[in-house]
Amino acid sequence: MENRKVKLAVEGVSKTFRVKGGKFQDDYLLHVLRKLSFEVYEGEVVSLIGESGCGKTTLLRIIQGLIRRDAGVIRVDGEPVTKPARDRGFVFQQANLLPWRTARANVEFGLELQGVPAKERSDRAQQLLELVGLERAGEQFPHQLSGGMQQRVNLARAMAINPAILLMDEPFSALDAQTREVLQREMLRIQAETRKTILFVTHDLDEAIYVSNRVIVLGAKPGRIKEIIEIPFSYPRAELPELRGDQRFQDIRRHMWNLIRNKPEGEKAAA
Amino acid sequence: MTNIASPAPAKGVLDPKAEGVDANKIEDLVLEQPKSYLWVVRLISVVTVLGGWEILGRRVDPLFMSFPSAISVAAYDMIVSGELMRGLMASLSTLVYAFVIASCLGVLIGLAIGRYKLVDVSTDWLVNALYTTPQVAIIPLVILWFGLGGNAKIFIVSVSTIFPVLINTTAGVRNVPANLIETGVAFAANERQIFTKVIVPSALPYVMTGLRLGLGRAIIGMVVAEFFTAITGLGAIIVKYGNQYDTASMFVPIFVLMFMGVSLSALLKRAEHWIAPWKEQENN
Repeated sequence: MENRKVKLAVEGVSKTFRVKGGKFQDDYLLHVLRKLSFEVYEGEVVSLIGESGCGKTTLLRIIQGLIRRDAGVIRVDGEPVTKPARDRGFVFQQANLLPWRTARANVEFGLELQGVPAKERSDRAQQLLELVGLERAGEQFPHQLSGGMQQRVNLARAMAINPAILLMDEPFSALDAQTREVLQREMLRIQAETRKTILFVTHDLDEAIYVSNRVIVLGAKPGRIKEIIEIPFSYPRAELPELRGDQRFQDIRRHMWNLIRNKPEGEKAAA
Repeated sequence: MTNIASPAPAKGVLDPKAEGVDANKIEDLVLEQPKSYLWVVRLISVVTVLGGWEILGRRVDPLFMSFPSAISVAAYDMIVSGELMRGLMASLSTLVYAFVIASCLGVLIGLAIGRYKLVDVSTDWLVNALYTTPQVAIIPLVILWFGLGGNAKIFIVSVSTIFPVLINTTAGVRNVPANLIETGVAFAANERQIFTKVIVPSALPYVMTGLRLGLGRAIIGMVVAEFFTAITGLGAIIVKYGNQYDTASMFVPIFVLMFMGVSLSALLKRAEHWIAPWKEQENN
């Protein structure tokens, strides 16, 4: 990257949950994250990947300020942050659209909370609906939209407040494979247009490689960084099926898979 | 910039603007045919019941039972004399006044109880106690407080209305999906905004159900109050003709009450559709 300005910094973040043991065992402490640190550069797409229970979603929620951390600091542009604010937009795993609002009114939600005037709001919502390819579905209610369309509204809603950073929590995991690939491509197009900094949680190896500049592989119990992998492909990227045929893609994928499964490198180790 | 302009072909969703496809038309075709047929059955049922009542009713001593044609004549007399209208207006004004007051109070208190644990634990025993007390039981006390005037009626109707509204509103607030509140928080909403933009709209369908239940109880409360307190309104007319053993005339205000209940609750149903259209469509 030519411009290495740090946009988001995670410094020594730890989180422990108390888990109720129930009838047969005592309560115990679950160390979800332990002293996790990394940085995300401006305009970069970074994925967090790891086996379930490695705390990737917890970390994302901590960064947004939805749950508290036990230790550590989150910095945006060098400033520590603790609460949700307009500098970070959150794209939920489930679309979480407000069912009594049309797609357009859902996109306007964040702006309305900030007290943006109605005219400006609807103009901005229209722009974003166009950006995510839903300019004709603005007056539909969420239950009238397919899962893929709901996720587009979800993304547009997060983008409407014009955050510098987008935090995306497995946004495409509930979609069918075809829709998922379309939306991954759309996301890359939107990122190229808007130069947002994106931190992307996924459990899909191909998705992580396809969308990211770098992939952070987390290990579980406690959540910690195992390795940060640079993805060598340049943007705009070839489509995923084509990329899958690339030898480097396959090497990275195998390497990540071994990391996640705690297996030593096989005979065909990645470079 | 790429050129993906239209949404991905959505599975299972008909785009109403796509050529040759009109989602509304398709639904109408499926629904319309049985509808007219059902209306015929309903009409036959109405004619049978009313006709049967007319025939059987004429054989019974008019002291104990009346029949549709006699009731119609009595209704005509009461409309011409203006008695029915006066009674109806007296009942309706009390009903509407008390219902509005009680609904506003019920919604506000219900919102507070549903959202704030402290309000909940400090009032739940009281709400439960008052809700389960039969309202008729306190009427002598109410008369002692307010006398026999209009205030006693307003109090009784309000007490009848407030609990279903309050309890349903509370349930509505408790059933707001946690992920929607979290969405509000993620977009940096403050407590007031969480309330007005997430909790209240989400709880609205419950509130409307509470209002409909409250209305039913309000009408009962009204008639009971009119029996026992100030002798006005439709309840008073029932008592009057009951005492005169004029059974046909006594049925007239009873029917008016029935129509009142049906039409007011249809009105609320309409309002529900207007206030929360997404809920109905979701259920389809």
